[in-house]
Amino acid sequence: MTSTSTMLSLASAPPTASLSVHENLKGRLKLGGGSLSFNKEKANPFINTKSFSRISMVAAVKVSRFEGVTMAPPDPILGVSEAFKADNDEKKLNLGVGAYRTEELQPYVLDVVKKAENLMVERGENKEYLPIEGLAAFNKVTAELLFGASNPVIKEQRVATVQGLSGTGSLRLAAALIERYFPGAKVLISSPTWGNHKNIFNDARVPWSEYRYYDPKTVGLDFDGMIADIKAAPEGSFVLLHGCAHNPAGIDPTPEQWEKIADVIQEKNHIPFFDVAYQGFASGSLDADAGSVRLFAARGMELLVAQSYSKNLGLYAERIGAINVVCTSADAAARVKSQLKRLARPMYSNPPIHGAKIVANVVGDPNLFNEWKAEMEMMAGRIKNVRKKLFDSLSAKDKSGKDWSFILKQIGMFSFTGLNKAQSDNMTNKWHVYMTKDGRISLAGLSLAKCEYLADAIIDSFHNVS
Amino acid sequence: MKPKPRINIIMWRFMGSRLTSSTRCMSTSTKALCRFGWWDRVSPAAKDPITGVTEAFLADTNPHKINLGVGAYRDDEGKPVVLQCCDFVRNVGRESNATAVGSKLVEESVKLAYGKDANVVKEGTFAGLQALSGTGACRLFAEFQRRFHPESPIYFPDPTWSNHPNIWRDAQVPVRTFQYYHPVSKGLNFAALMDDIKNAPDASFFLLHPCAHNPTGVDPTAEQWREISYQFKVKSHFPFFDVAYQGFASGDLDMDAQAIRIFLEDGHLIGCAQSFAKNMGLYGHRVGCLSVLCADAKQAVAVQSQLQQIARAMYSNPPIHGLLLVSTILSDPETKALWVKEVKVMANRIQQMRSTLRESLEKLASPLNWEHITNQVGMFCFSGLTADQVDRLVREFHIYLTRDGRMRYIYF
Repeated sequence: MTSTSTMLSLASAPPTASLSVHENLKGRLKLGGGSLSFNKEKANPFINTKSFSRISMVAAVKVSRFEGVTMAPPDPILGVSEAFKADNDEKKLNLGVGAYRTEELQPYVLDVVKKAENLMVERGENKEYLPIEGLAAFNKVTAELLFGASNPVIKEQRVATVQGLSGTGSLRLAAALIERYFPGAKVLISSPTWGNHKNIFNDARVPWSEYRYYDPKTVGLDFDGMIADIKAAPEGSFVLLHGCAHNPAGIDPTPEQWEKIADVIQEKNHIPFFDVAYQGFASGSLDADAGSVRLFAARGMELLVAQSYSKNLGLYAERIGAINVVCTSADAAARVKSQLKRLARPMYSNPPIHGAKIVANVVGDPNLFNEWKAEMEMMAGRIKNVRKKLFDSLSAKDKSGKDWSFILKQIGMFSFTGLNKAQSDNMTNKWHVYMTKDGRISLAGLSLAKCEYLADAIIDSFHNVS
Repeated sequence: MKPKPRINIIMWRFMGSRLTSSTRCMSTSTKALCRFGWWDRVSPAAKDPITGVTEAFLADTNPHKINLGVGAYRDDEGKPVVLQCCDFVRNVGRESNATAVGSKLVEESVKLAYGKDANVVKEGTFAGLQALSGTGACRLFAEFQRRFHPESPIYFPDPTWSNHPNIWRDAQVPVRTFQYYHPVSKGLNFAALMDDIKNAPDASFFLLHPCAHNPTGVDPTAEQWREISYQFKVKSHFPFFDVAYQGFASGDLDMDAQAIRIFLEDGHLIGCAQSFAKNMGLYGHRVGCLSVLCADAKQAVAVQSQLQQIARAMYSNPPIHGLLLVSTILSDPETKALWVKEVKVMANRIQQMRSTLRESLEKLASPLNWEHITNQVGMFCFSGLTADQVDRLVREFHIYLTRDGRMRYIYF
């Protein structure tokens, strides 16, 4: 396991972690007329046994049932924003969360979103429950956006689409489906991957293992390693793939490489599971960015796709996304959809309405849709400009001859700098640059004006810290 | 694409045993690509007993159809109601800080449930998190319960909201019931309830409806709540309140939280799921709050961190729109006053419906006793109709309700 993977798994205990053996404590405590008994669970990673001895001393005071609850570690990604907020240095820079910012480093509400919301207010729509599967108009447009409206999978009604709570919620529904219908099946995730993937599969009790992806030596894709690891996995595994703009590496397979990945997946009877969080953000084109998903669908493969509108429509806090399951038949799709609903009902009953309506209005209206495409290109364009400026600054300032071109080659919101944990800490402690400990910076949080400062910080951390 | 017949090895892990066979895949199309039917094993799920009613209602083309299924408030014309207090805050700040909004919501929700002068509120000895309405709050707690008390089951009143067992089961918590409803008297079976509380193992988890019990509409009196609370202390049981109808039972928000306040006075460290779906008419926005009282502020921080972690792996953060609405309404005195009035109007209308329905039935010289219609509390009438009788109402009269006989009060 690379050090980056270890860091990313900080927030939750991996299912195969070895744990110290806890003493099986059975204590009896008299409180009033009744009694409390504590039966210690062996090997429960969440319970702190040490505190129990304190309870017997304070029998007269209210004792909480949750005495044994330990403090969970801060989330490796969201925790960065918390630390950033607490910092008072005026030079501070937040390159942690993947949230798009303008050149002035302000959050950006898209014009089309404002227009859609005004339309919604004018219409005076009610706030009734959505059906469990979500807003029908949203489900229709989201599947069409992903596959293309004239795609056979859509025409033949072979896609089960259920509105989910952005990417996380959609992934969780899929994980729950896998756990229920493919007990014991593993999910293969890239090394590295988005920090929350492991939490989701852990909490859903789905085992996972990693396939090689990022090669630190080339700062590129370890394609042979990836193919080998996918081949070596037990037949019928789920392979989690980033549809475009891989997070955190920023490195995507080429179309030829996608074909070979599809080959090996078919060969091993694996099932592809796409996480599409950046459609439109990678190249600036919504269709181009759906290329990998469409390639697999065109082969007649069954697949899962989780979508998020957090970034590309700037709807982060509205929690809007979807889980799509492409099946061999319309009948299977109907059945799968019913089971996804059955999993969603005991999780949150039905999904939130606001974000769904915004997306349905934007994507469903030709004028708004075109406007959105233009705004999408503008956002993706700003990130490309920032990449160029950062690359130029680094090349100009760094005299060591190190090749910084990976910054230009990488794609999407993030750059995987190759900085290790100690170097990343230096970025924060000395330079007040906030990023995740795996060396990932979010270029969406960088302005042209700050590129030179960042270049200084990166050069210092890279060369002077080990 | 190279069309070629493929050999499939089919693994039946689903059956728990390994049965390997190779079959030559029959290609039925000219594409000649064999697709392994991953989802063949997936059977259709039964329709949800509550939302399934709405689906059937929507599909019905009869012009006289009525939907008494889902618990959503309607006005006199049977239309959904957007409260005025929500209208005011429609154009609330877009660039709001989600974390600050969330904290504000929790702060205000907790005051609503526990009373603004409650010690736990003043001292901050609680862990609170915004949740996806009542369902989401219950699910967070169920997952949290399993994480820290993996062997403990949860006890539900019999009957309870149909989604409660689904929630705890999907969180892998064993589910039990305690006696509650007395079908003959159509009231509370108090003696049996107390017996079950006494006979349950010490330190069990119980789910309680503090007011407007769903589906029966039958609530304990204040005196009965005090006895329940006392017995809970004796047995060291954990009380978890599902608060979905605060304001809807009596029209008075504090009155409807009486049971909770009784337990607080008695020193219980409770858990509480709150929903703003009904009392603020924000159904589709999924706004709620989960709070867990703790021994001290330090423990509250630890518990909160665990709840946040559970939420992170389920949906990361809750949707902001509804949060903004609720936190704004509750923290602005004028808007809050308007809301309190609107809740009273809704509760009064339901009480009026109850009286009207009972009178109409009695006028029709029905030989049956319809007292329970006005004795019961809240949005629902537990009519006492059997499943067959309900089916007949749907088939012949196009009146839709859930098969346990639960009807929602709307326009009549």
